[in-house]
Amino acid sequence: MTVMIEVTDLNKRFTLHNQGGVSYPVLTDVSFDVNAGECVVLDGRSGSGKSTLLRSLYANYKPQSGQLHVRHQGELTDLVTATPRQILNIRRQTLGYVSQFLRVIPRVSTLEVVMEPLRALGVDRETCREKASGLLRQLNIPKTLWHLAPSTFSGGEQQRVNIARGFVVNYPILLLDEPTASLDADNCAVVVSLIQQARERGAAIVGIFHDAGLRDQLADRRIPLTSPAKEEAA
Amino acid sequence: MTNAAMAMTEEGLAEPLLKVNDLRKLYAPGKGVDGVDFELWPGEVLGIVGESGSGKTTLLQCLSGMLTPDSGQIEYTGKQGDKLDIYDITESQRRLLLRTDWGIVHQHPRDGLRMGVSAGANIGERLMAIGERHYGTLRSTGEAWLREVEIDTARIDDLPRTFSGGMQQRLQIARNLVTQPRLVFMDEPTGGLDVSVQARLLDMLRNLVVDLGLSVVLVTHDLAVARLLSHRLMVMRGGKVVEQGLTDQILDDPQHPYSQLLVSSVLTP
Repeated sequence: MTVMIEVTDLNKRFTLHNQGGVSYPVLTDVSFDVNAGECVVLDGRSGSGKSTLLRSLYANYKPQSGQLHVRHQGELTDLVTATPRQILNIRRQTLGYVSQFLRVIPRVSTLEVVMEPLRALGVDRETCREKASGLLRQLNIPKTLWHLAPSTFSGGEQQRVNIARGFVVNYPILLLDEPTASLDADNCAVVVSLIQQARERGAAIVGIFHDAGLRDQLADRRIPLTSPAKEEAA
Repeated sequence: MTNAAMAMTEEGLAEPLLKVNDLRKLYAPGKGVDGVDFELWPGEVLGIVGESGSGKTTLLQCLSGMLTPDSGQIEYTGKQGDKLDIYDITESQRRLLLRTDWGIVHQHPRDGLRMGVSAGANIGERLMAIGERHYGTLRSTGEAWLREVEIDTARIDDLPRTFSGGMQQRLQIARNLVTQPRLVFMDEPTGGLDVSVQARLLDMLRNLVVDLGLSVVLVTHDLAVARLLSHRLMVMRGGKVVEQGLTDQILDDPQHPYSQLLVSSVLTP
């Protein structure tokens, strides 16, 4: 079994300097591992730090202390101390992150949006187009929309475009922040099968799913999270 | 494989294009550039953000050889791997760099264009400066670049002053990129353009940066522009860098009080 993610004593606190310097901890001494081919689900009520942990795993948030090792090209690299250049390289090749929100860029077509992560790896346009088209078709995005920029699409359509974008590269590690929220049953089933396929090819997956049935279906293991600050307040 | 992708995967092999060490140019305490260090790597886009008067433009002017700093070094790695100290080389060497390896896109197109000569001549100037004399080549390169920046080639003989602001800015970009520079300095390239024109320019810049594998130092006060174009951000205040790191990390989880203020002050439509 290959360890793909190794989190050790991770601490993340937010300090709001412009709101009276309020400071509250969200993650306190969080430690866990994720192996290749394993789907781990983060459990906890709203505000318990699930998304914060996932964003830290993508180096989008900056933890105060602890280590966040991910296996990149065979080596464990600590995202807390990695340089921006290293992180961008790790994201390009190793780390996929899918949220329910698409960041729309004016004038860029849906097909291009989905192809982009694969293009960034230097894959030729034709291969990228094929893979992207396949995913868009699977996710029921009508072909008439492929050449339009997704800015005018419905929320559900944008979300599915974003999922296609997240699955276009076979990342060794996938971070999923409620990818199925507000999708209908058919599309939800497509996403579940994409996740299962990723797991079967050996990806390490960390996910947040609000639907209890989905959690039961996908979780090999659960990691409970409780935010100390929120607990105190309650 | 695109140039950018190559530049990125050559990690470890490549070396920084630009190394800046303790750069200072102070007009008054806290005004100007007060000890800035950084490295810029091939294919990397570095955004510099901060309020007016934070020293962004002064820094850009020092970097691009337009303004002699009080102290500090700027080391540029040339095409042959040669190391050039920008303020230690001769004026003529620096001018050659500016015409070939480097490009500068000014906020106001009239600062970067020759308003009295045609669009085609504006594009051809840098080519002629490096020895291209063949009229047919100059003409066809001019047309190719007009197409690249989405300007009707029928306008090649028109003066830039007959162009709209957005077209002038695109022409300025074509004029700079025609010699295939490795490093481009941009000072608020989308400032003063209306949003629809901005979107078109940004999309174009984004593609050119990736396709040509350009390294860019981009000064902007527009955080959305910074997010779209830059890999890495430096936040400046009072001539100093108060925070730097991955663009999305600084915008989504700013640590320094001033970065937090900057990010939280943006209106989202």
